[in-house]
Amino acid sequence: MSAKLTTTRLLSRTLRGALAASHHTGRRSIASLTRAPHSIRPLANPASKFNNPQTRMLASAADIKEYTVRDALNEALAEELEADSKVFILGEEVALYNGAYKVTKGLLDRFGPDRVIDTPITESGFAGLAVGAALAGLKPITEFMTWNFAMQAIDQIINSAAKTHYMSGGIQPCNITFRGPNGFAAGVAAQHSQDYTAWYGSIPGLKVVSPWSSEDAKGLLKAAIRDPNPVVVLENELLYGQSFPMSAAAQKDDFVIPFGKAKIERVGKDITLVSLSRCVGQCLTAAEKLKAEYGVEAEVINLRSIKPMDVEAIVKSVKKTGNLIAVESGFPSFGVSSEILALSMEYMFDYLDSPAQRITGAEVPTPYAQGLEAMSFPDEDLIFRKAAQLLRV
Amino acid sequence: MPSSLTKWLGRRFFRVFGGRSSNTNNLTGAQQIKSHVSAAPPPLPIESNYVNPSSTSNVNNSLVIPRRPHRRLPQSLLRIQKSIADLLPSNLLSFFRLRRSLPLPDITMLASQSRKAALNAFRSSSRKPLAALSVRSISVDATASQDAQAPEDPNTPFTIKLLSQSFDAFNIEAPSLDFVTTKNELIDMYKAMASVRRMEFAADRLYKERKIRGFCHLSVGQEAVAVGMEKAITPDDQIITSYRCHGFAYMRGASVKSIIAELLGRREGIAYGKGGSMHMFAKSFYGGNGIVGAQVPVGAGIGFAMKYLGRPNVTFALYGDGAANQGQVFEAFNMAKLWNIPVVFGCENNKYGMGTSAARSSALTEYHQRGQYIPGLKVNGMDVLAVKQACAWAKEYTTSGKGPLVMEFVTYRYGGHSMSDPGTSYRTREEVTWMRTNQDAIAGLRTRLLDWGVVTEEGLKELDKGVKDTIDPEVAAAEVAEVPENSRKVLFEDIYTRGSEPDWLRGRTAEETYYYKEE
Repeated sequence: MSAKLTTTRLLSRTLRGALAASHHTGRRSIASLTRAPHSIRPLANPASKFNNPQTRMLASAADIKEYTVRDALNEALAEELEADSKVFILGEEVALYNGAYKVTKGLLDRFGPDRVIDTPITESGFAGLAVGAALAGLKPITEFMTWNFAMQAIDQIINSAAKTHYMSGGIQPCNITFRGPNGFAAGVAAQHSQDYTAWYGSIPGLKVVSPWSSEDAKGLLKAAIRDPNPVVVLENELLYGQSFPMSAAAQKDDFVIPFGKAKIERVGKDITLVSLSRCVGQCLTAAEKLKAEYGVEAEVINLRSIKPMDVEAIVKSVKKTGNLIAVESGFPSFGVSSEILALSMEYMFDYLDSPAQRITGAEVPTPYAQGLEAMSFPDEDLIFRKAAQLLRV
Repeated sequence: MPSSLTKWLGRRFFRVFGGRSSNTNNLTGAQQIKSHVSAAPPPLPIESNYVNPSSTSNVNNSLVIPRRPHRRLPQSLLRIQKSIADLLPSNLLSFFRLRRSLPLPDITMLASQSRKAALNAFRSSSRKPLAALSVRSISVDATASQDAQAPEDPNTPFTIKLLSQSFDAFNIEAPSLDFVTTKNELIDMYKAMASVRRMEFAADRLYKERKIRGFCHLSVGQEAVAVGMEKAITPDDQIITSYRCHGFAYMRGASVKSIIAELLGRREGIAYGKGGSMHMFAKSFYGGNGIVGAQVPVGAGIGFAMKYLGRPNVTFALYGDGAANQGQVFEAFNMAKLWNIPVVFGCENNKYGMGTSAARSSALTEYHQRGQYIPGLKVNGMDVLAVKQACAWAKEYTTSGKGPLVMEFVTYRYGGHSMSDPGTSYRTREEVTWMRTNQDAIAGLRTRLLDWGVVTEEGLKELDKGVKDTIDPEVAAAEVAEVPENSRKVLFEDIYTRGSEPDWLRGRTAEETYYYKEE
C-alpha cells in the first residue's frame, strides 16, 4: 500500500465538506480570534514545510513522508495481515466496497475474501462471531462502520470479550481488536455523533486507545492487533483525511506505540492541556495562539492511550505548570475529563495553582444545524479563552 | 381406560400431528412401558398423553397430564424408581413431592364429559393460562428404544433400533435409527449421566446449606444432552453453552472437584474461584455464559475459526428455548449459513425460559425449524442414544462442508430455573413428577441396560455405587478446598493476559491501587 490514496475523491460529498472544514478550522478560528492572521507563528521547527498548526512538526525532514491518518491505518492493517495469518478483518463494507471510509482500501485484493470479510449489517452478530473466533485462537480485527453502531454490540465487547479472561481464571484469552471512527462527524446529528471513550474506558479487561496523528494511528493500531487482550481503537472520522508527517521509523513495519504512554506534543511551562484524538490538534492551535497573544507556553499532552492512562505524564506536567485543563469532545458527565480531574484531586492537588478545569462536548444530543453543532463541541477559540481565563492573562 | 377417551385421544393425536406417525395404538405411558417390556406392539409416542383440549379454542398447546400414569408400572421399573429415589437427597424428594393444588382437568372428566366442559374446568383454574407445554411431535420417552440383545464381549458392536419418533427432521433427511454401540459405551453413558446428576445433587445440597452464593442453575433432567453430545464428538470439537453449564464442563473433562470448588468459590475451582456457577471453561469448552443468547454468535465465531484454521471440527453452540428468541441468534444463523460455518446451533428446549413456557414466548415452538434456510433436526433429548446418534450425524454433516444445522433437544429440567426458583408457579408438580417418573433419561437407560442384557441388577447396583464412590469424595474434597487468598495480587490477577497488564489498576481508593510490576 505505498500508493497514496486520493482520499477526497473517495469520500461522499458530505464527508468532503467535513474534511475541508477540519483542515481549515484551526486557521480560521485563530484568525477570527486575533483579528491578525499574520500573528500565527510557524512552530518551532523552521525546517517544516507544513504550515497547518494542527500538524505535528518533526526535527528532521529527511525521510519524512506525509501520510493521511487513513493511509496510516491502512498500512497498519496491511502489515499486520501480512505478518500473521491468524489476523483477519471483518465488518460492514470492509472488502468489496473498500471500507465505508476507505480505511480498508485494497485489502481485499491483496489478502482475499477469506481474510477481508464483508459482514451483513448485524453488529451484535458479527461482533459476537469475532469474539468467538478470538476465543478459538484467531486475532480478528472488527471494524464498526462507526462506534455509534457498536452500541448494538456493546454486550459482546464488554461481557463476552473484556470479561472472559478474568472469569475463566486466566485460562481463556481473547485477542481481538475493535476499531472504527468515534465521536462527532459533521452534520450527521445525534445518533451518529457520540464519543464512546468514557464508555469503554471504564471497563476493566479492555484496553482503549484513541489516536490523533498518522503515527499514532499506525503505531497504536498495530499494537492493538498484537496485544493479547481485547483492544478498542477509537479513531476519528474528521481526521481520516488529514495529513501528518510520518518519521522514517514509523514507516517501517515494526513500528508500534506502547499502550499507557502519553506523548508531549508541545512542551510548555505555564499550563497543561491534556487531550485526545482530534482535540489534540485544537489544543496545539490554541497553544500557539496563547503564545502569540500572551506569551503563555502551554504544554499539550496527547493521551494516545485511554486505558491504561498515563497519569504519570500528567502529574509530571502539572508539577511543572501548576495548571490543568482537560479537553475532550465527549459528553461532560462521567467522562474522560471527569476522570482526569478526579485524578488531579488525588495525585496533583498539591501541585495545582488553580482548580483543574475541563472542556468537553455540551450535554446535548448533537444538533444538526451547523451553528448549533458548533456550540456543542470544543474549538480552538474556546480552549484559548478558557486557558487565558484560568491563567488570568 | 374408557374406550371413548381412547378414540378421542387418537383423533386428537392425528389432528395435531397429521401423518407423522404411523402408529395407531393409543396407550397410556404406563401401557407403553408395559408393552415394551412384554415386547408387544411398538410403543406409542408420548403425544398420546399430551391431550390438547384447547386446540379447537384460542388457547394453544396446553397440556393435560393423566393423574396416575404409573398405575401399571412393571415391577422392574418400580424397583428402579425406588433406587433412583434412593439416590436423591431427602430435601429434593420433598421438593418434588406431589401436590395437587391445581384443578387439572381429569382424564376421566375428558372421557365422561364433553371437551368443552373439560376446557371450561381448565380455564377456571386459578392459574391462567396453565403452564403450557408445547406439543411435541417426537417422542421424549427415554425408554423407547426397542429390544436388542447385547453380545457377550463388552467391545463388540451391536445395533439398537431407536424409536421411530426419535427425530423430526426439517428440510433434511433424519439420521439412521440404527444405533451401533457396545456394552462398554452404554455403561459409560449411564455412568456419565448418573455422575452429572449426582454432582448436581451435591450442588443442590450445598446451595441449600448456603455454601454456594449467587446464581446456581442445575441441569437435573437434562443430562442426556450433555452426555450424548460429548460421546458423539472428540475433545477437539468445540462446545459453548449458556449458564446451565456444569454437566457440559464435567463432560468436557473438568473434574467434579474443580466444578464444585468453583461453585463454592474456592481457589481450586476450575476458574480459580473467579467465575462461579455460570462461568466454567475447559479445553474446547468456552463456558458458561451468563448473557442469554450472547453465546450463540460467539459459538458461530468458534466455528468460523475452525473453518479458518482448516480444522475438521464441529462447534456446538447451545442455548435454551428462552434464548431462541434473541435477535442475535438469528444474526448468527444468517452468517453461519452465508459462510457455511461448521456449527450446530443446539436449542436445549426444556420447555421453560425461566418461568415462561415455550408456547408463551415463541411464535414457533418448533425450534429446529427456526433456522428457516438452515436444515433442522428435533431430537428426543431424554434418550441419550438418540442424542448421540443425532450429534454424530450433525458433526458429519457440518464438517463435510454443508454448512450449519439447527438442532432442538427436547428435554426437561426437574428443578427450577435456578436454585431460587421452586419451579412450581408456572407448572404443576404433577407435570414434573410425571416427567421424572416416566421419561427420565437415566431411569430409562437403566431399564434398557437390563432389557438388552448389558448389565444385571447386581451390575447396576455396582455401577451406582461406583458413581457414588467417585463423585462423593471429590465433592468432599472440594468442600474443604481453600478459598482464594484475600490479597490484591489475587484480586487483580488475570484481568489482562499475564505480562500485558497495565502498570497499575486502581482499587477502591488511591491507596489500594495495585501495581503489577512491584507486587
